[in-house]
Amino acid sequence: MARMVSPLWTDRVTCVVATALLGAAALALGCGGSATTERGADALEATSTDYPNGPITIIAPANPGGGWDQTARQIQQVLTEVGVLGVPVEVVNRGGAGGTIGLSDLVTRHRNNPHTLMVFGQVMLGAIRTNNSPVSIVDTVPLARLLNEYEVVAVPADAPYQTFEELIDDFRRNPEGISWAGGSAGGIDHVLVGLLALAAGIDPSRVNYIAHAGGGEAAVAVMGSHVSAGVSGFGEWKSYVGTGRMRLLAVSAAERIDGDDTPTIREGGLDVAIANWRGIVAPPGIDDEARDWLVAALSRMRDSEAWQEILRTNEWEDSFLTGDALDRFLTEERATADEVLRSIGLVR
Amino acid sequence: MSALAQLGDNLALGFSAALAPLNLLLGLAGVIMGTAIGVLPGIGPALTISLLLPLTFGMDPVGAFILFGGIYYGAMYGGSTTSILVRMPGEASSVMTALDGYAMTRQGRGGAALATAAIGSFVAGTFATVMLMLMAPALVEVALGFGPTEYFALMMLALTALSGMAGHAPAKGAFATFLGLAIGTIGIDLQTGQARFTFGVPGLLGGLNVVIVTVGLFAVGEVFWHAAQPRTSGEEPAQLGGPVRLTREDWRRSVPAWCRGTVIGFFTGVLPGAGATVASFLSYAAEQRVSRTPEEFGRGAIEGVAGPEAANNASAGGSLVPLLALGIPGSGTTAVMLAAFQMYGLQPGPLLFTQQSGLIWGLIASLYVSNVLLLVLNLPLIRVWVRLLQVPRSLLFAAVLVFATLGVYSLNNSVFDVVVVYVLGVMAFFMRRHGLPLAPTVLGVVLGPLLEQHFRRAMAISGGDPTVFFTRPVSAAILALAVAVLVVPAIVRARAARH
Repeated sequence: MARMVSPLWTDRVTCVVATALLGAAALALGCGGSATTERGADALEATSTDYPNGPITIIAPANPGGGWDQTARQIQQVLTEVGVLGVPVEVVNRGGAGGTIGLSDLVTRHRNNPHTLMVFGQVMLGAIRTNNSPVSIVDTVPLARLLNEYEVVAVPADAPYQTFEELIDDFRRNPEGISWAGGSAGGIDHVLVGLLALAAGIDPSRVNYIAHAGGGEAAVAVMGSHVSAGVSGFGEWKSYVGTGRMRLLAVSAAERIDGDDTPTIREGGLDVAIANWRGIVAPPGIDDEARDWLVAALSRMRDSEAWQEILRTNEWEDSFLTGDALDRFLTEERATADEVLRSIGLVR
Repeated sequence: MSALAQLGDNLALGFSAALAPLNLLLGLAGVIMGTAIGVLPGIGPALTISLLLPLTFGMDPVGAFILFGGIYYGAMYGGSTTSILVRMPGEASSVMTALDGYAMTRQGRGGAALATAAIGSFVAGTFATVMLMLMAPALVEVALGFGPTEYFALMMLALTALSGMAGHAPAKGAFATFLGLAIGTIGIDLQTGQARFTFGVPGLLGGLNVVIVTVGLFAVGEVFWHAAQPRTSGEEPAQLGGPVRLTREDWRRSVPAWCRGTVIGFFTGVLPGAGATVASFLSYAAEQRVSRTPEEFGRGAIEGVAGPEAANNASAGGSLVPLLALGIPGSGTTAVMLAAFQMYGLQPGPLLFTQQSGLIWGLIASLYVSNVLLLVLNLPLIRVWVRLLQVPRSLLFAAVLVFATLGVYSLNNSVFDVVVVYVLGVMAFFMRRHGLPLAPTVLGVVLGPLLEQHFRRAMAISGGDPTVFFTRPVSAAILALAVAVLVVPAIVRARAARH
């Protein structure tokens, strides 16, 4: 008798274990969501149309790990900590094509839906042009510029160049002989090298730019002495100086960055200053009340100690800007990106 | 104090952190979740860790990294299960496992395949952690010494070494490989920012994700293939799971494969631009080349499961070397871990080992613990998995289709990706009908973009001088090996034919 029972018993155990496993899988799938909570004491009052009435999703238009992803998740962290929205915040990744995939998603699939926002930045402007993206920043409702990250020019520790001038002298003598490592073609790193060439009187189409999938990959090329020089975000590369394999020559800020003695590009004799800014946009079609509510919420976030702390740890500069001033700024930035990409030959 | 005593002290410190009840629980949660996401196609460890990041904000960093480490190793192992049982690799790094693993299942040896994958993962994960612990500073030189020329040579080696995969129809194998290379060119070209083969479809601008290609060709293609079979086909494996225990012969063949897979996987993982998938390819190629019975590969050779499964786990350990020693992410998962480090205000790099030794050694110790947990958790589970095969085939493959669709949709929340997966599934169906192998296509999709980008970088840096590939010693040596791999077997065969 016992023999007859045992297979049944095993079946039952199998069932239980399989169910437990499926449960674990469901947990893994569902761990991004969290239960809607009561609006806390710190929350902004909802609008007359009862917005927001559900979780707010922030699209990071990049794969996990990059600058936009990091920005989105830091915003999520502070908004959750400060509790200003009164609803949960989620981050989803829609990576690829310099952010234009996320942008087209926001504009086409989330039109009129103020519960979905997206992180954007300077890099997206270039990608929109080089990819001939059918949608553009003008199709969105910009909410705020949040931060500036400066660029840095670096060389391998064993490179002959001790100063930025020495590097540029060699660049002038033999433009093609200097290989520049940086992020994807047409991005902020490429634009900076193009601007350096223009300022130094070199034809930008002679720039030997070696594109990499990100700042980390480009850092390997510099630290391993595989290229002559490299360009990336200051905050990202500053940490590599400690390895003793990379030397920072110049930063792209107008003045030296607080607490750091790396000279500026201007001190090195070229009149170039550029910031890699990032901000947040809402989809088209949202009502003015929801827009103003979101801007107010972001201002509250920006004033929090938690956000200021995040800016400090990431070496980001506070460049909070909203309203008409932001719209004017975006118009100018689009024109600059266009002009440089045209002179490098990436856009016709 | 001697270096060894110092190491002992550090490890003791690490284990005291890793074995704290809460951390042990987090490690367990990590490996369970990791195994689950490894089993589900699409969702990988990178996405899971970034989803979990907000939940760990208030946590002690040691606990958070123990959780992440468990997820990483767990996911590397979990991908093998569905590869072996239903030919559905959840990640590209388990494609090679599907070839011989599924063949073994069809022969009623699925249990043995799962066991060699589980024990191989344990062996590889443990030894990779030992190597990480002892050699991280020295390996930094290796990681940085690899420039575009060396990467190009390495990818050439992988491509030529795997040419044997095509078996008796080299032309079909070549066609499948080139198809993969062509698919790999879709999307925006990194060097020029220009779109290629996108036909104005925005969803194609980012290129076809390797996971999508893998799931489409293998999982969805397999479902279509079975759907087209007559209901009464006699294909049902006679003995479903078979014994879980490895026979003496299985052990004899598995142990050397695990060892080779561990070494190949670890060193490939150390290189920031190569990754777990390339590691598993190289390991499979090595197994086939050293085997006395290469014709068994693709038809249920246990080495074909043991090697690549050890390799993809070892590469996870290897990829922590550039992350911890330099702060360079070598894979999607380590990129997210780097972001997590920064979120805690920690900066990976040489200083991390001295300034945050509690964290580092806690993480290293927890990797050992995760490996033990994985083995303890998974060996008994094999019986459960194998019983899944008793589910009527129509239901099983319907479930595969549901999970594949869900998993791919969750990658980017994109319906377009789901459409692509089904199109690839149809393509795979016709490829099988015409006897074209599928693995070389995935090989092409993975290696193509790497080959192209590194070739163009090397040429641009050298100012258009192709001799750099032969004047740099490491690159020259690897290329010579790649040529030898192609030529030597041909010579041997020609000689044999003459006698």
